[in-house]
Amino acid sequence: MSAISMILIVIVAFFAGMEGILDEFQFHQPLIACTLIGLVTGQLTAGLILGGSLQMIALGWANIGAAVAPDAALASVASAIILVQGGQGRAGVSSAIAIAIPLAVAGLFLTMIVRTITVAIIHIMDAAAEKGNYRTINMWQVICICLQGLRIAIPAALLLIIPASQVRAMLEAMPKWLSDGMAIGGGMVVAVGYAMVINMMASSEVWPFFAIGFALAALTDLTLIAIGTIGLSMALMYLKLDEHGSNGSNGGGGNNNTGDPLGDILDDY
Amino acid sequence: MADNKTDTKKISLTRNDRLKVAWRSTFIQGSWNYERMQNGGWLYSLMPALNKLYTKKEDRIAAYKRHLEFFNTHPYLASPILGVTLALEEDRANGAPVDDVAIQGVKVGMMGPLAGVGDPVFWYTVRPIVGALGASLAIAGNIVGPILFFVLWNLIRWGFMWYTQEFGYRAGSRITDDLSGGLLQKVTRGASMMGMFVIGALIQRWVKIDFKPVVSRIKLQKGAYIDWNKLPKGNKGIHDALTQYNLGKGMGLDHIKITTLQNNLDQLIPGLAALLLTFLCMWLLKKKVSPIIIILGIFIVGILLHVVGWL
Repeated sequence: MSAISMILIVIVAFFAGMEGILDEFQFHQPLIACTLIGLVTGQLTAGLILGGSLQMIALGWANIGAAVAPDAALASVASAIILVQGGQGRAGVSSAIAIAIPLAVAGLFLTMIVRTITVAIIHIMDAAAEKGNYRTINMWQVICICLQGLRIAIPAALLLIIPASQVRAMLEAMPKWLSDGMAIGGGMVVAVGYAMVINMMASSEVWPFFAIGFALAALTDLTLIAIGTIGLSMALMYLKLDEHGSNGSNGGGGNNNTGDPLGDILDDY
Repeated sequence: MADNKTDTKKISLTRNDRLKVAWRSTFIQGSWNYERMQNGGWLYSLMPALNKLYTKKEDRIAAYKRHLEFFNTHPYLASPILGVTLALEEDRANGAPVDDVAIQGVKVGMMGPLAGVGDPVFWYTVRPIVGALGASLAIAGNIVGPILFFVLWNLIRWGFMWYTQEFGYRAGSRITDDLSGGLLQKVTRGASMMGMFVIGALIQRWVKIDFKPVVSRIKLQKGAYIDWNKLPKGNKGIHDALTQYNLGKGMGLDHIKITTLQNNLDQLIPGLAALLLTFLCMWLLKKKVSPIIIILGIFIVGILLHVVGWL
């Protein structure tokens, strides 16, 4: 790998680390991070496919409150580097995914360390505020963001130092039953992310939507955009009808002139 | 609210000032810490506005300290709270009796409920949908996937942040009343319906389980399968074979029809096994099993069942 590619990978890793905590531009999402690493190393297609596959697994990973989800940033950056170093192209995607998962856990600990260091920095900000020194506060905010960037950039640089031949030998030493089994596990593990989402959103009101979505998806002619369109329309229709319904029942309880003609007609009837 | 046309002595925040705050709020989580969470980023976001509103040093110091208090919400939903805070600080700088308690009260009062809106809408509806859309293109090797994801997400995000900050700024402290009204609740409800619909579809499409055990081998009658010996030679033979096979709808390839467990399950409803696996994961998550453990467990089970020959 050329020196320029290596530098670019470390820069991508730095952005992914920053975004892992900022959660704004989404550079840390596998879809973006893996593709960028593929791009700067000239293995765009392999990176793209790895990014897409990992993204499907990471769909439901989200930072909520003080809890941090498995770290998508380290998972995507490190697995993409291993994929590129291994030189197996597309064929290496499924083993790269399997490697990504334990890395997501390791990334979690790194985040916790940085967040603890930041407590000390906040006290420096307190002291600066006491003196009205806003430049210092701004500076430390930027330093904190850079620390989060380094959290991923340093492991990425370390991975790059390991010679590519060693990574390749390690991947090739993997028996077929293991890599195939990992690919099968990768196909199933997607369910965990969805389960997290469902646990968060499920209520008796929305379960029918889930059921219809599941049944409709078997029609392979429907693209995801088509499915999204159907879902959006149904949600809008439901809310509209629900509005009418509650107006109608209010009218039934009080007077009949609620400004909802359909409700009034139903009540009179 | 401040009026900059009639009274020149009043300090007011221009659109440019508010844009600066909105841009800086992109970095609100940068100094996230276990003690006071987003407080550093919050002060960092407000900094240009506070410096403009307060010129005396002791006023500035008081303002900085006021905004280094505990703060935590969804990073995008911080925008409307920033908007309201800007309006309050502006009033205060112009001499209105807005005390620390009022400002703190608005911040704390809004951050909880708004975080409750942001998590399901952004992390659990918009990102899975836009992400799945991009990922499904990317898996097929289409570079449009990541680009679409990046552009679409950031348009939605920036549009939302800027619009709600402006909304908060205009509404001032009245926004708190507004929130208890129906609109936000409706958006959350609609989003979770749409989200559940798409998740249902994604489980069917993307959770891949293929049970290999063979349930039955049936010998097909003559004519129901392609008789390879009777096909003409060369390209014409391939043509005939493909015509007879008709994308799996025509004749069988072999004289024995193999039905796997997967075929049987698919006849009930395609994706049933995926659905059951998802329910199992939900149950485990509710039992407070860490997602990491579940993920690793699935890999181990996948490898074991593959070795045994089930998957």
